[in-house]
Amino acid sequence: MSAIRQPDAPCADGASAAFYRPQRIRTVLVANRGEIAVRVIRAAHELGMRAVAVVSDADRDSLAARMADEAIHIGSSHAAKSYLNAAAILAAAQRCGADAIHPGYGFLSENAAFAAQVEAAGLIFVGPSSAVIATMGDKAKARETAQRADVPTVPGSDGVVASLDEARAVAAAIGYPVMIKAAAGGGGRGIRVAHDAAQLDAELPLAQREAQAAFGNGGVYLERFIARARHIEVQVLGDGRDAIHLFERECSLQRRRQKIMEEAPSPSLTPALRDMLCASATRLARQVGYRSAGTLEYLFDETRGEFYFIEMNTRIQVEHPVTEAITGIDLVRETLRIADGEPLRLQQHDVAMRGAAIECRINAEDPAQDFRPSPGRIDELVWPTGPGVRVDSMLYQGYTVPPFYDSLLAKLIVFDESRPAALARLGRALSELHVAGVKTTAPLHRALLADDAVRAGRYHTNYLEAWLSARRAQLAAPSEPAPAAREEAA
Amino acid sequence: MAQHDIVSPLPGTFYRRSAPDAAPYVEPGAPVASDTVVGLVEVMKQFNDVEAGVAGRVAEILVEDGEPVDAGQVLMRVEA
Repeated sequence: MSAIRQPDAPCADGASAAFYRPQRIRTVLVANRGEIAVRVIRAAHELGMRAVAVVSDADRDSLAARMADEAIHIGSSHAAKSYLNAAAILAAAQRCGADAIHPGYGFLSENAAFAAQVEAAGLIFVGPSSAVIATMGDKAKARETAQRADVPTVPGSDGVVASLDEARAVAAAIGYPVMIKAAAGGGGRGIRVAHDAAQLDAELPLAQREAQAAFGNGGVYLERFIARARHIEVQVLGDGRDAIHLFERECSLQRRRQKIMEEAPSPSLTPALRDMLCASATRLARQVGYRSAGTLEYLFDETRGEFYFIEMNTRIQVEHPVTEAITGIDLVRETLRIADGEPLRLQQHDVAMRGAAIECRINAEDPAQDFRPSPGRIDELVWPTGPGVRVDSMLYQGYTVPPFYDSLLAKLIVFDESRPAALARLGRALSELHVAGVKTTAPLHRALLADDAVRAGRYHTNYLEAWLSARRAQLAAPSEPAPAAREEAA
Repeated sequence: MAQHDIVSPLPGTFYRRSAPDAAPYVEPGAPVASDTVVGLVEVMKQFNDVEAGVAGRVAEILVEDGEPVDAGQVLMRVEA
């Protein structure tokens, strides 16, 4: 561990000190990298806090290291040796005299043991308590907690089904089709679907035998199968005593369970459903005494008009800027102020939603070559600017994107008075974006923007995968933006 | 006997095994076919198979398990 750069004079005093004077957090250690490290440093500086970056070998020249008041080297490029190395991060925090640690997203952000270590070291963990992370990180406990808060969960059996008779009764009650899931399975493994009672009779014993063979545990449970689900999530913000919601985001455009494009508000909710959904999220956040920013993820069954809680992310999320755009609330700054000891400054009636925002994830992947990763040097870089456009990124011209971490390069967020206006603005912004040196997913976004279903907001979580397989040949064409998208962007 | 270099197709992290507790794909002296997987390169959380590219016998392994590699870096040598 070595200091790369000596601390500058704290940037704090001066203009920003008049806006906010930190009470407990003079220095925050940012235990992350990439665009989210940059995002947290920006918020800290606006609040007059010193921000210290931690860097791996590969990140010594990162934008976060340059922007931070100090950068501390914590290990080799391998995340296990650096950004996942709790001991090295805690040592860095002691060394720079940090009062708080911000975990960002990914890496150690939802690791309850790490949060507990931060607490035990007498430091502030910018997030919920380690106990809340532990509870909400356990799928069964989270589901149970949601049910106690009267938050709907996916209809299913109460744990493992003991017999075929019980399975038949449960399936009849929740309605077909049903998923038969191995209790010991996970990540999509050990799942069968039954569309009627006859199929259930046939599939259940098979599923039990399969589960026994694969996981050494033949226990299976039933859950309603939602063929065309939409992924909708609710942003919450709490101070450990009270909690509010900041409306929803829709993130149904996904590839391999990774979100590609997100928007707020969701184009598929009625005002009445939105009220019910958001109120349920606030109930759950209050029930667990949630502190900081968190997100409750739901599946929305459009055909039934019903939503079901699936899990909670106890951290800031990649797509938080779309919520910031429609509410005008700086989530990262609010969480730093809450961590600094301030009570929640907003009540529910202070939070209003206005206009529409869309975010595109610009990844270092080549859509023409089945999303092959494309690390490398950024030879040319022009960001879109102008009204209603925001870019969160760690890129600069001449920066070399290392191959060791995830492929997110930038988030392009547009905001406008309505969804149609935001779509037009997104087309304009994508036409201004220019990155040379690495391949990016920008051409995918240009093509998606020309898609009628996307423009109409009619899509579900399996939409993009099917769309991509149907357009494999078209995407493999060497030209940059698809012709249709270029016309539109022009 | 010709020497054939197996190079990394991309920059990333080289792995000699499919999982931390798995046996290495190949050891020096192992016979390989052209399509034998001899390692993995992890690039931005995606795992890419590295194939021998030629039939023969592994002569030398130049990169340790879990080491960072550059595109074009020689990972192994095969006696074809």
